[in-house]
Amino acid sequence: MDQPQPMNLPMDAHRRSGAFPPEVIAQIQRTATEGHYEIRGWGAKRDLPTFDDLLFLTASLTRYPLEGYREKCDTSTVLGTRYASKPLQLAIPVTIAGMSFGALSATAKVALGRAASAVGTSTTTGDGGMIAEERAASRLLVYQCLPSRYGFNVDDLRQADAIEIVIGQGAKPGGGGLLLGQKVTDRVAGMRTLPAGVDQRSASRHPDWVGPDDLRIKIEELREATRWEKPVYVKFGATRVVNDVKLAVEAGADVVVVDGMQGGTAATQDFFIEHTGIPTLAAVRLAAEALRDIGMEDTVQLIASGGIRTGADVAKALALGADAVSVGVAPLIALGCNSPTYWQDGSDHDASDGYQALGTEAGYCHHCHTGRCPVGVTTQDAGLEARLDADRGARQVTNYLKAMAMETAALARACGKSDVHNLEPNDLVALTVEAAAMAQVPLAGTEWIPGRQDKI
Amino acid sequence: MEPVILSCAELSTREINAALAALPDGASARVLEPRGRHNLAVGLSNRVRIDIEGNAGYFIGGLGDGPDVVVHGFTGWSVGENLQAGSVRVEGNASECAGASSRGGTIVIEGDASSRTGISLKGGTILVGGNVGHMSGFMAQAGVMLIGGDAGDALGDSLYEAVIYVAGTIASLGSDARIEELTESDVRAVKALAELGGASFGHVQPENVTRVASARGLYNFDALKDQKY
Amino acid sequence: MCGIVGLHLKNPDLQPRLGELLTQMLEAMTTRGPDSAGIAVYADRDPAPAGHEADPGPDQPGPPGQELRYSLRSDETIDWDLLAKRIAAETGRDLRVEPLGSDSAVFVSSAAETSFLAAVRRAAPQVTVPGFGRSMVVVKDVGAPAAICARYGIPGWGGYQGIGHTRMATESAVTTAHSHPFAPAADLALVHNGSFSNYATVRGRLARQGIRCDTDNDSEVAARLVAARMAEGADLADGLRTVLKEMDGFFTLLVTTRTQFAVIRDSFACKPAVIAETPDYVAMASEYHALAGLPGITGARVFEPMPEEIHVWSR
Repeated sequence: MDQPQPMNLPMDAHRRSGAFPPEVIAQIQRTATEGHYEIRGWGAKRDLPTFDDLLFLTASLTRYPLEGYREKCDTSTVLGTRYASKPLQLAIPVTIAGMSFGALSATAKVALGRAASAVGTSTTTGDGGMIAEERAASRLLVYQCLPSRYGFNVDDLRQADAIEIVIGQGAKPGGGGLLLGQKVTDRVAGMRTLPAGVDQRSASRHPDWVGPDDLRIKIEELREATRWEKPVYVKFGATRVVNDVKLAVEAGADVVVVDGMQGGTAATQDFFIEHTGIPTLAAVRLAAEALRDIGMEDTVQLIASGGIRTGADVAKALALGADAVSVGVAPLIALGCNSPTYWQDGSDHDASDGYQALGTEAGYCHHCHTGRCPVGVTTQDAGLEARLDADRGARQVTNYLKAMAMETAALARACGKSDVHNLEPNDLVALTVEAAAMAQVPLAGTEWIPGRQDKI
Repeated sequence: MEPVILSCAELSTREINAALAALPDGASARVLEPRGRHNLAVGLSNRVRIDIEGNAGYFIGGLGDGPDVVVHGFTGWSVGENLQAGSVRVEGNASECAGASSRGGTIVIEGDASSRTGISLKGGTILVGGNVGHMSGFMAQAGVMLIGGDAGDALGDSLYEAVIYVAGTIASLGSDARIEELTESDVRAVKALAELGGASFGHVQPENVTRVASARGLYNFDALKDQKY
Repeated sequence: MCGIVGLHLKNPDLQPRLGELLTQMLEAMTTRGPDSAGIAVYADRDPAPAGHEADPGPDQPGPPGQELRYSLRSDETIDWDLLAKRIAAETGRDLRVEPLGSDSAVFVSSAAETSFLAAVRRAAPQVTVPGFGRSMVVVKDVGAPAAICARYGIPGWGGYQGIGHTRMATESAVTTAHSHPFAPAADLALVHNGSFSNYATVRGRLARQGIRCDTDNDSEVAARLVAARMAEGADLADGLRTVLKEMDGFFTLLVTTRTQFAVIRDSFACKPAVIAETPDYVAMASEYHALAGLPGITGARVFEPMPEEIHVWSR
């Protein structure tokens, strides 16, 4: 047979359509084959304004830095001082966000708990209830109260250190939880009072209260049931942030948690993830402003979440007014999500077959919803879960959280702060007009903040 | 032992609940002048009897894990929400979301209940002597409901494994709810439930109730089946 | 976030107590709204001037010659007597001032409604008109409901019906601009608990018909929609049916005219509403405990309105 002649493609053979790039073509093709919307994990993947668009104005002639290591920069953080008799005392301004057992494997929950305990912070249960292993592993555990109430019971409520009433999350504000049948094992199903193997649908509203006026009464109920000891957080996806924050405070929240559109999930419709909610960058600033507007910035704490990755992100969120951040996708990556290998029986193994089977590669995977996580993080399959080593995973997440805290402190020191909570908007400038407008800090090199007439 | 007397006219909700929580098993208490007070008798786990003498507000007996609470009047929203053990009985009517998310124990509404009765039910027992409003049994996962009167629209929408018995008429069924044949075991169960309910259920004829259960058509997503979402 | 209350008296013997009872109900709803409150009170006022033609109908604005009461409010200090003289001069009609408080006053005038309101706008653009009518007086103010009622002496007011609203403010400027009741037509008042999700569209539609809203508040849109329908000749029930048809969201509405008292809930019925009825009155509130102190409440028929059912009581 003759050798095939190489074809000379014209120079514009790979001219990419802005409206129909390969990702969109693939989406449409998939919808045509499968007949329904795409469900996936992770948060918004398209390019959005993020904290990368902000920069710190660190020390200069007129602002003096602190010496690293020798001169202390305090990272301790207290959450829930408003009403609770036992607020949470954290060593660092980073907490682990709510992720359910069901979405995550039990081993993943344990590893996260151990790391949080090692570092001095909290983890959070998710849309499925509390497992004993997580309560044992986590020194500080926040218990979520969600619209579904899967697994929610008063015994676990009493064992928790704080309560988080979830109105919604950044990935899908207004949408309820989702767990596909392949992950609804006997144990998961039992906890959630569901038949094993069903595709779990979740309610989008709470069953026993609807608006902020009723939330006030609900918060009182939860406090009455827990002797007013535990801080009550109210979490919502970032949409109408200012009103939501003010109403949550008025309803009695000790802490408000604002989750921007980059927030992750283990299973949500792609259209929800990409097209609902506002970027975390804008959400943090709006929430902080709302608290200042009602004089509550020193009474009610603000936790920001949604695509927080590094200490730089943490420092910027704190500078914009958050008291702490919450991380979800990032510690999972530290645990092994999207790692090309997994550790089992004392050695590294290649995970590429697992990614290939999902139609992806390490570095691009967002298929948590399948339950076929090649590294054992978001699976209920015993064989796959065995690929996650709890001790090793805990060590990795501990390393990640510690490094994050050190980065945050280093940036704070460079801005002349002896406490990370003294970071302020004045320490920041923006690289783009959008970021300047969303964060309400000046465009670098100018005094211009879009929308503000007065000079800063 | 004499019942402990607690008056809403003199005590805050917090003081009342603290006093109720401090009672030893076997004790009883009367809560006077509730006048629509919310959150009475919530989060209690002692085996005590609590009589609320009047009309009460939201979440009465909520997050309960032991007491028997009787309201001599009507209640607001979400009576007995997330009940785990014990009982809550309302002699009058109950407002919306009665028994929401309850996982155990028994909730008895002698009068009418409102919309979304038994929403998100997770194993508890809810008995209503009169009617229930629309969207009752919405996403009810486990447990049983007996409705002595009529049910409003969309009964049992997105029903899982809970079963709903209706003695009166049903305005309409929710998506994935269907009527099933009454078996002998159903009749026995309804008879026992009606007895548990008491005098307000005397009119219920166990052989003549309608059994509503899940058609299980929504258990797995399949867009090609034209499911209604 | 807010609470609504309403009381419609059937027994005239209770009329001297209307203000006292409404105050008690409003104060109970402070938990749902501590920042500002508004109240509309209806009383049989001075009879129409002698020689006046047949009444055009209970829910239509009177022709020139019919005295209307205009409740006025100013967030800045104002000399009400001076303003009254100016308006009287501009409209060519005598004007009586009934003091209400330092921030508020009632001007009674037989000028045509449109000319009176235009004169106020020209003479004192900082003055708002929370409501007007033959029988209705509207008070809106910032602060705790109990303080507001005390400031205006509302416990001493008599009347045959009243509605009220307590509000938790989300905007930073503390004014009464967003307070309920919204009273866009003579003797019409509306209070709302809930959240309309398509009000911006309806507001735009009304604007194209020449009907402008004073605020960007969703409740005002509903009030103007009802007023628009009634100006076309519809009755209150029809006006409320239009809201059910055209407006989306979650809502409990309490709406009154000179002779009617109506409650409706949307089809989801997720916003609370409790009604108590005795031979002497009909009372409505967001939560029962606001009604718990009313006379004869223990014997009242207490019920919740069904979704999309319009409950109307008429004098």
